[in-house]
Amino acid sequence: MIDLLGMWPYFLHLLIYIGIYAILGMSLNLITGYTGLLNLGHAAFWGIGAYTSVLLVLAGIPWLLALVASAVLAGLAGLLIGFPSLNLRGDYFAVATLGFGEIIRSILINWSEVTRGPLGIPGIPRPEVMGFVFESNEAFLALVLALAFLTYVFLRRLTRSSFGRVLRAIREDEIAAQALGKDVNKYKLTAMGIGAGFAGIAGGLFAHYITFIDPTSFVLNESVLMLLIVVLGGMGSLEGSLVGAVALVLLPEPLRLIGANSDITWLKTGFAQVRMAVYALVLLLVIIRLPQGLLGEGRNRK
Amino acid sequence: MKEAMLNVRGISKDFGGLKALNNVSFEVGEREVVGLIGPNGSGKTTLFEIINGFYLPSHGSVECCGQRITGLLPHEIARRGIGRTFQIVRLFPKLTVLENLLVAEQHLKGELLLHALLKLRHVEAEDRANKEKALKLLELVELGHKKNELAENLSYGQQKLLEIARALALEPRILLLDEPDAGLNPTIARKVFNVVKELKKEGKSVLMIEHDMETVMGLCDRVVVLDFGEKIAEGTPKEIQANEKVLEAYLGKVKK
Ligand SMILES: Nc1ncnc2c1ncn2[C@@H]1O[C@H](COP(=O)(O)OP(=O)(O)OP(=O)(O)O)[C@@H](O)[C@H]1O
Ligand SMILES: [Mg+2]
Repeated sequence: MIDLLGMWPYFLHLLIYIGIYAILGMSLNLITGYTGLLNLGHAAFWGIGAYTSVLLVLAGIPWLLALVASAVLAGLAGLLIGFPSLNLRGDYFAVATLGFGEIIRSILINWSEVTRGPLGIPGIPRPEVMGFVFESNEAFLALVLALAFLTYVFLRRLTRSSFGRVLRAIREDEIAAQALGKDVNKYKLTAMGIGAGFAGIAGGLFAHYITFIDPTSFVLNESVLMLLIVVLGGMGSLEGSLVGAVALVLLPEPLRLIGANSDITWLKTGFAQVRMAVYALVLLLVIIRLPQGLLGEGRNRK
Repeated sequence: MKEAMLNVRGISKDFGGLKALNNVSFEVGEREVVGLIGPNGSGKTTLFEIINGFYLPSHGSVECCGQRITGLLPHEIARRGIGRTFQIVRLFPKLTVLENLLVAEQHLKGELLLHALLKLRHVEAEDRANKEKALKLLELVELGHKKNELAENLSYGQQKLLEIARALALEPRILLLDEPDAGLNPTIARKVFNVVKELKKEGKSVLMIEHDMETVMGLCDRVVVLDFGEKIAEGTPKEIQANEKVLEAYLGKVKK
């Protein structure tokens, strides 16, 4: 029998991941689901946030301050990629973000005086706020959930305001939005900046949870997973991204358990690949059977 | 002489070798409904795109209320008070009918990031006032009962009507309509006709591209005729109907 109580640390770990991916999913939803900018480089903003926070904390800056810096720097990176790409149409914007993700990855690998390159940065301390160290995973979970909740509240306010309405209008028809007096580029940039900023916050959490980061954490596969969270949950639905994060973090886990409790060696050693294959399968199913996602716009609206 | 709301001055537009417009000039006065007619491909829509700033003219300029708007960006031109509809409707399909109108509201405090986040009381009051205004416009086009429907679920005719209402929500000084009743069944076309008639009564300035001569006769104070990018005639609908160049342009087209 499975020892549920003994599995608590494992569940705790999954819950923390869910919280972090929920922030990533919601922030990407602002950019892709609400504003309609297909962003294939979200993991890069996550990575920028992670490295920023880690480097600052290791330099003696308090974690909370470092987290703010992560958000700001990732947000600026969002503007940086957004600005020259604004006039690119649909697919080309996606390609630009894809390229941006690769550029960040190679900077992380090659700028080794700062990032230690492929060696990664070990020994990252847990977050500390006013003397309290989030050492236990229970405490860390509380921290993650609090920040995920704040992200949700912030983005909910934003997307439900007339500001959010304009974002969705831009997604639907840029030309019509312009003809109604909307400065489309300003809105797109704002969405990029804010979305990327929250991904930076997720990075500042993640790095201090696993306490070791290297460039392989912030690659295209991860961007695709984030996009899948948004698509599965539903474009333009923050609640959907929460559901998507829960579903996609948990979905491959039974396979991990089976792998651990059997002698199917390929499942044991190749779990990372199995996990990506599961995601690819889900993506196909969603696109074919559930194009609006679980809670997508226009599904449950009267 | 009425003050010119819109002043088109010597507009030319080349697309590569093609001269889509050649030195076109005319005015639309305050409280005036002007028809813009001409055979297919004569440059009517192109002129709209230039007025709106989606295309830059090769020569010439456009003024709105005496101020040059050529060179401004489309959203800046819209804010100067030029509203428009498109030949092929461009709604926000996944937004509700009401939301489509609300997007058009200008100077919204709620659109400012900080206000949006703080949800201040005066923003909510503004929201309510805007909603009421939008609902009135929906009544005008008889779509009040559809306000919570997604725009994509409307019939084509209703979409055309909604697009007019949305352009009006911008509170434009002049409204540009690109074939507002094209492809509509007679009942809906009649509705569009009545809406424009109502706007005329209210004293709005309108420039409308229109193919149906009967509609032009019933609505327009003046008509400008384009053929192969040239203005070949301008006058009252009666004058235009009797104008030989105009007949030739249209009949010539039929012969082709
Ligand atoms: N972006 C463009 N690039 C090249 N040629 C264009 C472009 N837009 C319009 N044209 C050409 O300019 C000419 C005028 O087109 P326009 O759409 O303005 O005509 P129109 O009077 O609106 O016609 P219709 O009654 O069919 O709507 C046409 O020959 C068209 O093919
Ligand atoms: Mg046309």
